Amino acid sequence: MIETFFPNVEMSKFWEKTYETVYMTGISLVFIFIFGILLGLLLFLTSKGNIWQNRVINWIIAAVVNIFRAIPFVILIILLIPFTRGIMGTMIGPNAALPALIIGSAPFYARMVEIGLREVNKGVIEAAQAMGARTSTIIFKVLLPESMPAIISGLTVTAIALVGYTAIAGIIGAGGLGNYAHQYGFVRGNNDVTLFGTIAILIIVFIIQFIGDLITKKIDKR
Amino acid sequence: MISLNNVTKQFKAKSGTITAVDNVSLNIKEGEIFGIIGYSGAGKSTLVRMLNGLEKPSQGSVTVAGKEISKIKGSNLRKARQEIGMIFQHFNLLWSRTVRGNISFPLEIAGVPKAQRKKRVDELIKLVGLEGREDAYPSQLSGGQKQRVGIARALANNPKVLLCDEATSALDPETTDSILDLLLDINKKMGLTIILITHEMHVIRKIAHRVAVMENGKVVEIAPVMEIFKNPKADITKRFIQQVTDEEDTMDTVQHLLDKYSTGKVVKLTFIGETAEQPIISELIKELPITVNILQGKISQTQTGSYGTLLIQLDGDEKHIEKAIEQLETQQVGVEVIGND
Repeated sequence: MIETFFPNVEMSKFWEKTYETVYMTGISLVFIFIFGILLGLLLFLTSKGNIWQNRVINWIIAAVVNIFRAIPFVILIILLIPFTRGIMGTMIGPNAALPALIIGSAPFYARMVEIGLREVNKGVIEAAQAMGARTSTIIFKVLLPESMPAIISGLTVTAIALVGYTAIAGIIGAGGLGNYAHQYGFVRGNNDVTLFGTIAILIIVFIIQFIGDLITKKIDKR
Repeated sequence: MISLNNVTKQFKAKSGTITAVDNVSLNIKEGEIFGIIGYSGAGKSTLVRMLNGLEKPSQGSVTVAGKEISKIKGSNLRKARQEIGMIFQHFNLLWSRTVRGNISFPLEIAGVPKAQRKKRVDELIKLVGLEGREDAYPSQLSGGQKQRVGIARALANNPKVLLCDEATSALDPETTDSILDLLLDINKKMGLTIILITHEMHVIRKIAHRVAVMENGKVVEIAPVMEIFKNPKADITKRFIQQVTDEEDTMDTVQHLLDKYSTGKVVKLTFIGETAEQPIISELIKELPITVNILQGKISQTQTGSYGTLLIQLDGDEKHIEKAIEQLETQQVGVEVIGND
């Protein structure tokens, strides 16, 4: 059936590109999760009325987050070329896309983590303090577990945006399904390849959404 | 057990400085149930938060169980807080943890090993009567059950003091009574000192031994609960007492009675404690040629005894009525002639 409707699709190439997309999304998501939670916690804890209330630090982190969130991704990749070369040694291939993907998405995710943390009942934090909890206990046993549904659903949204970013990165040489649809499809005039790549990206997005919703629903006991 | 010396707490706001607690001094004994009553904004929440260091006083000192809470910091304060349990109006349970997990939380904070934690949690579940609900999440519990979890959690580390911040204000009257019974039971069994803040006089009457009435950050009156009911001094105290005696309702009834029984005198008697048990009325009838008509009566129970009011109509010869009133006044009862003279 695939040969009838998509005569120019070469399956081995397609799977290779799919793997690259999943690889770029997966690896960067791990780093985004870590940096996003760290930044989100810092944003939350240093904000007014919270444990580490500090206007200066809060302002600096918020400024950095907002700047990186505001730069369009295509431009960010270009701006980061020297940095990427420096740490990855190349500008071609999936690994070269990782720094831009992480730096571009972590601030976005940090904001979502912060929103999730803000929704944690202040009374519960106060109760933990009244029990004599130290700050690390409050972070790991109150703040993070109590905001976990927001943290996971935020990660789902971020992952989906990330798939889009990998496609953009693919067009300028990072590989993946975006590269496949562009280079093997559009550039060579094979519209069926472009369409096939698009469908594959859609399926990946739906799978991410499905898994994210499932986990969020399972952990939310409210 | 607890002493506050000239404690003042001020907050800076845009509109200037707000004095939430104004020069309050209090001493609370070990094993006492001490009530603090006041309307919202009276400063009682701030006051109770200074007892476990959630708020620091601007001036004055707070000492709980031999530790000066207003001075200590860091790990010393955290250690001291483990000896002061607290329960809240909105329970403040972790929705992400089961009943067992919530009760276990303070034990985790105190570094109790896992096996011991499990044993202690089981004891506490039994104590607050939540057997069979161990693995339920807070969203699956009723308000009363949530507060039971809150109480179990507050008692986990065997505290010396329990602070109750409007602990029954979000509950219906029946559940309120069952939670108050539980608190009383704990007070008696474990000799725990309980500080409770509330705006409901009913709560004070039911379980408190002594009460402080707060208004605008000041303690305007402080006395044993019986004393407050017998002889309230401040206007605000009288208003709180009306909550449980329905004075206004009674006044309507009295007016109605006065219209109906227009002869003789209507007298209001106030009984405290043992006097309620003496045969005062029957002696009166035996000794004087008058009739005593009981119009209305009410008796209320407090932790330290009962008190009651009785409205009677004395009818007969004017001279004898005067004599009867004189005789009543020699007894341990409050006498107030309220009409028909």
